[in-house]
Amino acid sequence: MATKLVFDKKPKFLLSLSDSLIMIGRSSRHIIRNTDQLLGTFFQPIMFLVLFSAVYSGAVRTGDINYTNFIMAGIIVQTVAFGSTTTAIAVANDMKRGIIDRFRSLPMSNLAVINGHVISDLFRNGISALVLIVTGLVIGFRPTASLGDWLLVLGLLCLLTLALSWLNAIIGLAAKSVEGVQWLTFVLIFPLTMASSAFIDPSTMTSWLRGFAENQPVTHIVDAVRSLLLGTPMGNSGWLAIAWITGVLVVSIPIAAYLFRRKTQV
Amino acid sequence: MAKKDVVIKVENLQKSYGKNEVLKGVDLSIQRGTMLALLGPNGAGKTTTVRIMSTLLGYDGGAVTIEGHDVKREPDAVRHVIGLTGQSAAVDELLTGRENLIMMGRLYHLTRSSAKERAEELLEQFDLVKAADRKLSTYSGGMRRRLDLAVSLIATPPVIFLDEPTTGLDPRSRIAMWDIINDLKKQGSTILLTTQYLEEADQLADRIVVIDGGKVIAEGTAAELKRKVGEDRLELTLADDKSFKAAKDILGKEVVDTDEENRVVTVMINDTNKDVKRALELLDGKKAKLLSINVHKPTLDDVFLSLTGKLKADDESGEEQ
Repeated sequence: MATKLVFDKKPKFLLSLSDSLIMIGRSSRHIIRNTDQLLGTFFQPIMFLVLFSAVYSGAVRTGDINYTNFIMAGIIVQTVAFGSTTTAIAVANDMKRGIIDRFRSLPMSNLAVINGHVISDLFRNGISALVLIVTGLVIGFRPTASLGDWLLVLGLLCLLTLALSWLNAIIGLAAKSVEGVQWLTFVLIFPLTMASSAFIDPSTMTSWLRGFAENQPVTHIVDAVRSLLLGTPMGNSGWLAIAWITGVLVVSIPIAAYLFRRKTQV
Repeated sequence: MAKKDVVIKVENLQKSYGKNEVLKGVDLSIQRGTMLALLGPNGAGKTTTVRIMSTLLGYDGGAVTIEGHDVKREPDAVRHVIGLTGQSAAVDELLTGRENLIMMGRLYHLTRSSAKERAEELLEQFDLVKAADRKLSTYSGGMRRRLDLAVSLIATPPVIFLDEPTTGLDPRSRIAMWDIINDLKKQGSTILLTTQYLEEADQLADRIVVIDGGKVIAEGTAAELKRKVGEDRLELTLADDKSFKAAKDILGKEVVDTDEENRVVTVMINDTNKDVKRALELLDGKKAKLLSINVHKPTLDDVFLSLTGKLKADDESGEEQ
């Protein structure tokens, strides 16, 4: 062997950080290379936005707010939620294939594998959100948000993505098959976004559903985003949204780490 | 490479899954710069042994040390000195060959420039330069295995585990893989190879450990194992019945087997040169006419058959779970 190898002599903590950065690079490449999924990332939000605003705009009363403006916050949150499910699929795929054994036989920080998938979701959801907002502007979305409001929306959506991606990592780790993951994430996310303030004012819903819809986390998050975008009243939704997201993060990260350790440790 | 110390030591290794005992006390030791083949049928415990040795799996009893590091107590130290090529190609499908190599090099904590340099060297060595920038999903089975092996060599680990590196490859790719493995041996790596192909163990390994049902049932060089099964045999096919009878008579008690129908007389021999010559002289003296002669050396198939009482079938994927 001709070449002399040079090893990084950083402290262990920095090496773990660099492991995570390498895995984020890997997962981000996956996002760009996986053409089918990338098409979904682009077109699914457009489809939802155009369909919902065209189908429901005449039927749903949203007061003074035009319906396209109203559902923008809902569609953004829904897109971010569905986007994060790719973490569950990616994690499940890694755990099933031989590649997890390869990573485990390396002197690397193993949890970096999950970190890579979770954090690269920010990148994917960023693309989706941008596509969505541009499409919205074309079909009549007229936000009143200031630059500061936009930054708050960005921060809130990043936090939401991280929380949901960790939650999805748990699903990916616990699932028996990749098909199971797809089904499970859909069944979890679809009702949560439909029975919320995302597309319809919950006060118009059937009474039993209304109690749930008005108090569940997706509603708080959608209300907070909507308030920032359109200047509707914020109420407690901002704090409640942050409390829910933080709660999910605090609970799901250790659970995911535990499940990962249990699955990979000898 | 002058040091001939023991690099890998496995003592009384035991592993069960519930009531199912997979390893019932396996002992192995591999000297620096040599290749040991772990030979056995499916379900013998080969992959379990390799997974334990490469820190991927725990065990219930015994001890495993690699370069002096205990796999249970110092898994990180072990991971620094091993490279593993498993049965299923453990590479990233959506990355290119070069990206796979550099990523794994970086995860071994090579510096970026060092990982890149080493990746180029391996692409060259494994004949993957042309395919270096293609996604792995476009690679053939043989190319994928080569890349997989290259990836496990990225940080030039002194100890290499090859878990059935040629299973499922076509004959040409298999021979290409054998060449590569032989080169690794020449470079002084210490290698554990598992295989269910007797020919592979015979071709590549310095020593062979035969394992079946979670136990070592034989150990030695290929030649030693063959000797266990018996001596070489000389098969003489005679031209006509008269010659056949004459040959039987003259060779007398040395005959171990006869085949009337095909007029074949088999005798045991010790020294191929001397004994064959003597047999031919004896036959010539009796005017027995020969059709053909055949010296049969025991193969590892014979070894396996006589050790386990069953022939190792080549259609490996069959009944085993």
